[in-house]
Amino acid sequence: MENAIEVRNLRTHYGNIEILKGISLNVPKGLITAILGGSGCGKSTLLKHLIGLLKPTEGNIIINGRDIAGMNERDMDEVRKKIGVLFQGAALLNSMTVGDNVALPLREHTRLEGSTIQIMVRMKLDLVGLSGFDKFYPSQLSGGMKKRAGLARALAMDPEILFFDEPSAGLDPITAAGIDELILRLKDIFRITIIVVTHELASLFRIADHVIMLDRGEKVFEGELDELRASDNPRIRCFLERQAEEREYTPEDYFRIIAGD
Amino acid sequence: MELTRPFNVFFGSVGRKVLPLFREINQMSRLINDIFYWTVVSPLTGKRIRWKAAISEAVKAGYNSIPIVAVISLFVGIIMALQSAYQLKKVGAMIYVANLVGVSITRELGPILTAIIVSGRSGSAYAAEIGSMKVAEEIDALKTMGINPIRFLVVPKLIALVVMLPALTIIADFIGILGGFLLSITILELHPINYIQQTENALMIKDVITGLVKAGAFAVVITAVGAFEGFKVEGGAEEVGRRTTASVVLSIFLVIAFDCFFTALFYFFT
Ligand SMILES: Nc1ncnc2c1ncn2[C@@H]1O[C@H](COP(=O)(O)OP(=O)(O)O)[C@@H](O)[C@H]1O
Ligand SMILES: [Mg+2]
Repeated sequence: MENAIEVRNLRTHYGNIEILKGISLNVPKGLITAILGGSGCGKSTLLKHLIGLLKPTEGNIIINGRDIAGMNERDMDEVRKKIGVLFQGAALLNSMTVGDNVALPLREHTRLEGSTIQIMVRMKLDLVGLSGFDKFYPSQLSGGMKKRAGLARALAMDPEILFFDEPSAGLDPITAAGIDELILRLKDIFRITIIVVTHELASLFRIADHVIMLDRGEKVFEGELDELRASDNPRIRCFLERQAEEREYTPEDYFRIIAGD
Repeated sequence: MELTRPFNVFFGSVGRKVLPLFREINQMSRLINDIFYWTVVSPLTGKRIRWKAAISEAVKAGYNSIPIVAVISLFVGIIMALQSAYQLKKVGAMIYVANLVGVSITRELGPILTAIIVSGRSGSAYAAEIGSMKVAEEIDALKTMGINPIRFLVVPKLIALVVMLPALTIIADFIGILGGFLLSITILELHPINYIQQTENALMIKDVITGLVKAGAFAVVITAVGAFEGFKVEGGAEEVGRRTTASVVLSIFLVIAFDCFFTALFYFFT
């Protein structure tokens, strides 16, 4: 299987704190890869490295055969034209209409006619089920519609790789399921490589082909969905069975927590 | 060991205060460098400047400030005329009110009052806008679309202010002098023609130009500080508020510090 992204021994710090502790992983081309893990384990940090917003302390990130870890901004911008990102809060520019938001990458990076751009914007909005909303401002949309609009913008440049940061966070189950279906459609129709950061099990089992699980900055699992289900690793079982993490506290520990030291 | 302890504590605490300051100065100079690159150098390599955005920023920062700038400079013109008359009356040289009003408004008060008003109105708005875009990951979104946030957000604001601040200053100069004139021909009972002639004699083109040069420099200071504080936001909404306030304080401080520097420069070299 061909890989769209290969990460080798990725280490990263915020200040002196090590967040990702030497992670290696593969993202297969044309499939949906889910990055799974509890809050604060470093999922968003990993995502920000994959899209070149953060630079690692150490390690390589190879996208389509090119290492982006030590890449300068100019080359990085070329790589970025091939990727689309849907941020957790959609990150639409609030001062522009939905249509202008979707048109933005086209206006910045192509020399297409205004009328051509109009048609492309309408096509992308149709694709995500937002036809007729191009004159709306982001503040006039619901959470689910904002995510769809953000997705239309991420699709504007026909990316080869799409990243989603917690696409179903903050949405009701029905709207979240709608986004999941949309993600599956994109994979089937356009064969886009998709990476989804999530902690929602329902969504994971619906869409993922390949799963990577992180725990406290380390990779604890990489493989198919069935292997994940069958795994007997206690950290994975806890997560899948939604058990609270077991911690052994002695009376001294409690005292220290209460005393705040 | 014990003897050196107070020294360690002293230099340690000085170091902890001073080192972050150096880091901030370093970050600020890198930002100014970037702003310069995206305003001057990159357009030469064919990157488009967002003129439409610059015009809408110019309307917000410039056109919409005209009323407040006009009212404040009218008042200041009146105040200057009254304060000068208070002294000049004693030596019977009331006509020199025209000189004092004209020179102090064009060389000093016009540019600095305009800059302070614009710091409060636009500098804070820049910090708030960029800061809340950072919180909402909009800045990250721009970067992943291959759009440089400085080119996209800061350059139009800079162009707008560099044009509008001198323009507002001209308005402030004119209305400030008008305020002094109106007060002088009524309350001080000076003859209008004499007042106008005296102002003409007193004002040199150089006075107006130095004021406008200052205004241009203030425009860079206000934009850079607003952007600097905005981009520094890391946390949530409450930090946006804190940074917005900090941007007003810092830009008024820097405007006055630069003014002091320029005034000294012009005093010795013109
Ligand atoms: N800008 C930052 N500065 C310092 N620490 C951070 C920053 N962003 C995240 N962290 C820390 O890094 C860890 C991983 O964060 P993140 O990648 O956002 O987790 P996740 O997305 O899995 O919830 C957390 O402990 C968080 O507190
Ligand atoms: Mg996260």
